[in-house]
Amino acid sequence: MELADVKRDIKRADLLQMYYYLRLTRALEDRVTALYRQGRIVGGCYTSHGMEAIAVGYASALERDDVIAPFHRDMGAFLIRGFTPGEVLAQYLGKRTGPTKGKDGNVHMGDLKRGVIGFVSHLADNLPVATGVALAFKIRGESRVAFAGTGDGGTSRGDFHEAMNFAAVRKLPVVFFCNNNQYAYSTPQRLQMAISDVVERAKAYGMPGQIVDGNDVAAVYLASKHAIAKARAGEGPTFLEFKTMRMHGHSEHDPAKYVPRELLEEWMTRDPILKAERLLMQLGYGDEVYFHEIGERTKKEIEAGVEFAEKSPLPEGKEVLEGVFATESEVES
Amino acid sequence: MTTATAASEVSYLEAISQALDEEMTRDERVFLLGEDIGIYGGAFRITEGFLQKYGEWRVLDTPLAESGFVGAAIGAAMMGMRPVVEMQFADFISCAFDQITEVAAKNHYRWGAAVPMVIRAPFGGGVHGGPFHSECPEGWFFHSPGLKLVAPSTPYDAKGLLKAAIRDPNPVIYFEHKYLYRRVKAVLPQEDYIVPIGKADIKRPGNDLSIITYGAMVHLALEAAQMLTNEGIDVEVVDLRTLIPLDKETVYGSVRKTSKVILLHEDNKTGGVGAEIAALLAEECFDSLDGPIIRIAPPDTPVPFSTPLEEFFLPKTADIISAARRLAAY
Repeated sequence: MELADVKRDIKRADLLQMYYYLRLTRALEDRVTALYRQGRIVGGCYTSHGMEAIAVGYASALERDDVIAPFHRDMGAFLIRGFTPGEVLAQYLGKRTGPTKGKDGNVHMGDLKRGVIGFVSHLADNLPVATGVALAFKIRGESRVAFAGTGDGGTSRGDFHEAMNFAAVRKLPVVFFCNNNQYAYSTPQRLQMAISDVVERAKAYGMPGQIVDGNDVAAVYLASKHAIAKARAGEGPTFLEFKTMRMHGHSEHDPAKYVPRELLEEWMTRDPILKAERLLMQLGYGDEVYFHEIGERTKKEIEAGVEFAEKSPLPEGKEVLEGVFATESEVES
Repeated sequence: MTTATAASEVSYLEAISQALDEEMTRDERVFLLGEDIGIYGGAFRITEGFLQKYGEWRVLDTPLAESGFVGAAIGAAMMGMRPVVEMQFADFISCAFDQITEVAAKNHYRWGAAVPMVIRAPFGGGVHGGPFHSECPEGWFFHSPGLKLVAPSTPYDAKGLLKAAIRDPNPVIYFEHKYLYRRVKAVLPQEDYIVPIGKADIKRPGNDLSIITYGAMVHLALEAAQMLTNEGIDVEVVDLRTLIPLDKETVYGSVRKTSKVILLHEDNKTGGVGAEIAALLAEECFDSLDGPIIRIAPPDTPVPFSTPLEEFFLPKTADIISAARRLAAY
């Protein structure tokens, strides 16, 4: 990213807010990892460690009434949409105060009121869904955009292709992204596809695509902003490939010994938080003291969240029977 | 089967078309998507003229990608629209299985997002469709919590249930029987009406034996019931109309009255709707039963193409009559 471009195209307050959310995401997920290692969280723990800039960047670029269908390593998008650390931790702990009231765990959460589509483990399932969200906007003539993504592995699924194709044919207001962190669980990209850049896939649908440094929050923000503006203007969908690296295992149980150590060491130097700090210092927007203050602030917020989550009640067993069907009053209007 | 053609009568197919048209006029959130439904008017011509009347954003010809357009319907439904998806044939619903069972069926339970949508699935055999154009796939979805399943047998029910399905806040799969499209006709009320989801209908009252069925088999049961009057066997025909949620009260009520039961369906036998009802009756109506619970259903094979094979495959009135005679001995 050219410094002059960032200075011209991103407001100082917006960039500082993105930095805050990078730190909040890291602090929250580090706490989740610690709780997992202490045995206080059971089940999956899919963190975005080292990839935080993607969700923070794109979610910051969206308007409030746009709708996001996040990938499972997009914690920053949830936080920006107003999911509190307490709610997220309650979700991880299976508490009734979590967004799914214990019905589902970890990042499998959503809330239509906050414009977040609940994640489905079957990767790429939410891409057709986001296409339909955009279709509703288009039919009603609303100036809203859907933003949806999956990982490098998820782009192998038919749903990815069916969504990209339908959205392109109908020029729907949706932006697709791939969070390319080079591994789908243990499978490296070379065994996933015969191309080195996922963005190649966009061409087949007549869709513009762009490769973006996924560890540079400013780059993610600007590329997203541009694609969102095009979608909103009726120019149809764009595909963004955010290049990044998964720094932890697939889930926290996985030591990821299949990833070469040198690769991780190389990507450690590109850590999105370090990168953002260098940028803020170059722009004169922040210094070590400021970074430390933000660190303390986010730590406090996380600890308050842990307290909220731990004090929250577990659901009662019989609540399993609630909510299989919706009532008329629950339909979005 | 009614074959009269008075001017005021409408076919099962026309009843479906009327329901779609009236709901689209009544509620601008209702829109249609599927393969060949716009320019061509649908493989069975149910949406003929709809594109001209409602435009290309309410009648969408989609790419040939069932998972993609069912997913799109789910997304639009969550945004407050009322999509009605047409599967060209119910058989192709397998391509969208994941979206239906994992996304549509679970979204409300998992995170409170209502998915008010309808998937129309033209199902059933007797039309020389072969293994990929004759299936009865309701069994797959009968076992997936979060979905409602309906299967009308008459023009009245076809229209009323489709309207109810469109107005329901949940994902509903509407199994419409291809064999009935142009074969059954009826005079329908002029005014707006619905047939409530979850209510079975006694199509023929009787005292000696209950046949519990749905879809095209309702007509087979009625034919057999008529023939059995000659033998002094008074048959009650219960048309389930809705498979999920099942109207257990009506089913149990009928069986408690007659004490004998035949479960009849066109889906193959193992693990079908009849198997579940048989288990329910064994649990809940054991004391009322005076004979074995008999299932009449096709064998566990794909639906065959060639006429003698398909005739062998499908249940026949003779199967019902012989089962009724067997039960009469108890």
